[in-house]
Amino acid sequence: MKRCLFCHETLVEEVSWNDCFGLRKRSLFCDTCYKGLEEISGERCDGCGRKHSLFPEQYRQNMTCLDCIKWEGNALYSQVLQRNISLYVYNETLKAIIAKMKYRGDAELAKGFQQKLQQVYTTFFHGYAVVPIPLSEERHYERGFNQAELLAQQLNVPYENWLTRQRHENKQSKKTRSERLKINQHTFLLHSEVPPLTGTHCVLIDDVYTTGATIRAAALILKQAGALSVSSITIGR
Amino acid sequence: MRYVLCERKGQIEFAPDSSVPHDEQAVAFHQLPPFTTPPYCPQTTAIHAELQRVLSGKQLLLSELPYSLQTLHEQYQRGCIAFEQSIRQHGPRHFQCLRCGNEQFLLFAKLTCFQCKEHDCVYCRKCLMMGRVAQCMPLLRWIGPPFPYPSIKQALQWQGKLTPAQQKASDHLRSLVSTGGELLLWAVCGAGKTEVLFSGIARALELQQRICLASPRKDVILELLPRFQAAFPTVTIAGLYGGCKAQEENAQLILATTHQLFRFKEAFDLLIIDEVDAFPYSYDETLEKAVYKAKKQAALLVYLSATPSRALQRKAEQKKMNAIYIPLRYHGHPLPLPRFQWCGHWKRLLYKKKLPKPLQHWLIKQLESGRQAFLFVPSVTVLQEIVPLLKSIDSTIEGVFAEDPHRHEKVMAFRNGAIKVIVTTTILERGVTIPFTDVAVLGAEEKIFCESALVQIAGRAGRSSEDPSGDVCFFHYGKSNAMQSAQYHLIKMNQRGRHLT
Repeated sequence: MKRCLFCHETLVEEVSWNDCFGLRKRSLFCDTCYKGLEEISGERCDGCGRKHSLFPEQYRQNMTCLDCIKWEGNALYSQVLQRNISLYVYNETLKAIIAKMKYRGDAELAKGFQQKLQQVYTTFFHGYAVVPIPLSEERHYERGFNQAELLAQQLNVPYENWLTRQRHENKQSKKTRSERLKINQHTFLLHSEVPPLTGTHCVLIDDVYTTGATIRAAALILKQAGALSVSSITIGR
Repeated sequence: MRYVLCERKGQIEFAPDSSVPHDEQAVAFHQLPPFTTPPYCPQTTAIHAELQRVLSGKQLLLSELPYSLQTLHEQYQRGCIAFEQSIRQHGPRHFQCLRCGNEQFLLFAKLTCFQCKEHDCVYCRKCLMMGRVAQCMPLLRWIGPPFPYPSIKQALQWQGKLTPAQQKASDHLRSLVSTGGELLLWAVCGAGKTEVLFSGIARALELQQRICLASPRKDVILELLPRFQAAFPTVTIAGLYGGCKAQEENAQLILATTHQLFRFKEAFDLLIIDEVDAFPYSYDETLEKAVYKAKKQAALLVYLSATPSRALQRKAEQKKMNAIYIPLRYHGHPLPLPRFQWCGHWKRLLYKKKLPKPLQHWLIKQLESGRQAFLFVPSVTVLQEIVPLLKSIDSTIEGVFAEDPHRHEKVMAFRNGAIKVIVTTTILERGVTIPFTDVAVLGAEEKIFCESALVQIAGRAGRSSEDPSGDVCFFHYGKSNAMQSAQYHLIKMNQRGRHLT
């Protein structure tokens, strides 16, 4: 008997013709939980991957949202992040799943995103070096795992711990927007044993893209180390 | 963190790897070979009083204790704390969580653990809400001298009067405190169970005992807490339930939801389980294990119920456990008996957007009488079908079910009398007490309405002394065994009650 990864209800699977041809990909979440997740598809922001239908047109120019344009206007962070692709809209269901994974420590839930993560990686970033966003040593110990690393593992390609997170700051999720945007550019450091990155395309992995401050701070370090381009994949946006 | 074994005073003990320089033998906690816990020696050691208070009767993780590892390890060496395994492996696909009792293989998972540096560190997915417990995290338990709770004399300030039946039960319970064993307190709906407990609890407080009353539902705890605080004004009482603020978990008298018992081990001398037959207690067997784990070996375990399960009834009949009956409501009137009303193939009628005729008559009569009424239906689907039909007769009628976002507002409106008839699934079968109400069940033959559910539902009527009788009507499409045994149950209770008066 199978059970839903999130709510532990019995998973009832309907058999369809797709099963006969091996076309169907099974979700590890039950129908109710899966329906709560809103996939990001169709038109999205070129920069941060936000779904166009979710914010009014006056907040974007062409395909790019004003937030991303603002980032590009910043001298330090201009051209740092090539693009971000997110799997789902960060709605109540996804919030609940990610909160259970991160704060309750249910690492197993990362497996529920495997299919989609692999799909996005092969379509957009095939061959890129995978770099999960690190946690500080203390936070990593406290949690027992790094959720970004778990998600990177789901891609089934080797990933690189090229970054370290320096100090034990307050959690990004406990800050206001303006506080988050002020993230210190020295939060991340390059790991001491990193080979020269010249000519490498990198893709960062994290759980949620909220303001983009964390991802850009990490991308900046990789760029400074010589990376050709830095993109990112997150679960929520 | 990883651990090593070392020899001290001829005994094999464990130590955290940080205390030993450059030891390559360090392994995760669950991989340690057997080690001994030093015996407690009363002469040489001073007790860490605060730790004793916090950890007595508990099973906690290192992260739940605000003390340094060094302090805790010292206490281990003094024989005051035991470090125990949290997840035991019985076979390749068989794990057991020693905190919540979970043994379902599906509810365990592995991860690469940053704490123990192992690749396959198993953790329990069932009790995540209490903070994740993984194989490599030891559970700490106090094994030194137990925390001395004070003897509280004359704690009970309750001035009310018990009926003779309640008095008898109360005295019996009082006499059993400190003897241990199990006791079934079988009291009909509306018998006044809570008051019966007071004297026994006062006795236990006098005997320096630690007491817990556990109920499966949070609403009940919230209702009982002020009543207990009024009855025992000098005693610190902790109410523990999901979502409550951090509390005096070490209080001598605790009111808790059943799930909170997972936190305790060998803690209570008197453990009272309210509504043993109710969901989720009857549904989740780990809760039963939690109860046995939370009580001390010699504790008195009291089951409260209006509708005990067959197994419990049989145990009482065979004198394997003590039993007290309160077959009479506190106002002394007999329980209202249900009448059965055949109403045809009601499912088909609902499908055709029609109400069964007998139900329609009942509803019209009910609305004319001005009394309030519950209408119980077997499922949310039926509820959603029937509510629009009923609304066309009277627009104030509302339906309420477990996931209803307006559940509490609707129940409040019903309590205030703004809603005359409330349609509900079995969620309101217990605990809700409103005077001047009648009860009806549609589809009483459905499986979900088992004997105990029907007895509880019938018990919603005639609860107050101003209105001791109420109408209870089961609309059905063929009588079920459960319906008949529920009726028999109520008749028998009334007979027993009559003998008493």
